Amino acid sequence: MNFTFKQRAITGLLAVIPSNERSFVEEMANFNFPEKRSLKLAEVMGYDKHRIVDGPVCVSDLAVAGMEHLFANKLLERDGFDALIVVTQSPDYIMPPTSNVIQGRLGLKQDLLCMDINQGCAGFLVGLMQGFLLLDQPSVERVVLINADVLSRKVSLKDRNSYPLIGDAASIAILERSDEATPIHMNLKMDGSRRDALRIPAGGMRLPTSPETAAMSEDADGNLRSQDNLVMDGSAVFNFVQVEVPPMIEAILRTADKKMEDVDVFLFHQPNRFMLEKLASRMGVPLDKMPTNVVEHFGNSSGVTIPIALAFNLSEKITSGGLYACLSGFGVGLTWSSMLMRLGPMQFCKMMEI
Amino acid sequence: MKTILEILAEIRPESDFTGLEDFIEEGLLDSFDVVTLVSDIEKNYDISIEGVDILPENFRNAVAIKALLQRYGVQG
Repeated sequence: MNFTFKQRAITGLLAVIPSNERSFVEEMANFNFPEKRSLKLAEVMGYDKHRIVDGPVCVSDLAVAGMEHLFANKLLERDGFDALIVVTQSPDYIMPPTSNVIQGRLGLKQDLLCMDINQGCAGFLVGLMQGFLLLDQPSVERVVLINADVLSRKVSLKDRNSYPLIGDAASIAILERSDEATPIHMNLKMDGSRRDALRIPAGGMRLPTSPETAAMSEDADGNLRSQDNLVMDGSAVFNFVQVEVPPMIEAILRTADKKMEDVDVFLFHQPNRFMLEKLASRMGVPLDKMPTNVVEHFGNSSGVTIPIALAFNLSEKITSGGLYACLSGFGVGLTWSSMLMRLGPMQFCKMMEI
Repeated sequence: MKTILEILAEIRPESDFTGLEDFIEEGLLDSFDVVTLVSDIEKNYDISIEGVDILPENFRNAVAIKALLQRYGVQG
């Protein structure tokens, strides 16, 4: 389905990453595979370093640190927004919503809509959609969109297919109305019949966690994980992305009456370098227009890889001028989405470590 | 130029791929070995395999791999 938003803009962006950096080489001994085979895979997939939380750090911890930074640096007023959206798959609790946890910890006003959205790799785009829609309301002047995950806590240390690339991070985007903004085009598709391709089997009401769900077992590839851990059908997810994403990008360009060459930068979710390079090749996008360096520096932090790609690579361009960007996220659900929009000039676009 | 079986032997030197019907089903290649295999094949034959062709069925045995390579103009 298609969406169009008018007079909407991202006016500020902060990416928050944990200071705890781990490397594939130091973690390789955890995996049940010969070293040579693991190193070869790392080269192809772009495994190198990733940032993961150290200890029982939650989404609200990353978010509160980022929000306090914005308040302290006068980039956002504590009572200067009317909606707080949190997109995450790793909430602090099943209940209450993490957005309410953050509201309470920051001492925010009661006249505030707090909303959690359970979304993954397309979550930044789904959050933008929700934020832009809320700005239709005269009572909503400004929306804070937090996209955050600490999924390293749900991935088995002995899962070579997922652990080396997982990353934890948060992003805080400020969404506002803007008379100067050009139309934003978005498309979105979902397919719940393929929901098992990416999941955490235990922990909800269908299969509560128990000593049985915590028992480790070996999969066909030789990885050790439990039902409490994230599990990904890598082959199915790879094929889903290669088949579904290129036609979706072609469709959004047609809708916006734009050509591939009109796009300055393709900010795609970054699961691994191999997948992105295959996507770029299929779509005929030069790699210098598609940053692929987030996964090797920070890991795959679900939807947050998109704002990190922006803050890490394009901060100066975004604050001093602007770029016409094609954003795309794809993953859990399954969900796939793309958005064409002008990004910048933003008041701020930066990263911080905690 | 290496043969398919030579490339496979480099990825999994402990395995014998000769005459097997399904490398993946029989546990000789996992889904991530396929990624390594694609990378090695691309370098060896100087081709780029489309993402949509990176399916388990195209890498399940030597016949399937050769059929895929023929679609990219690689003979032999």
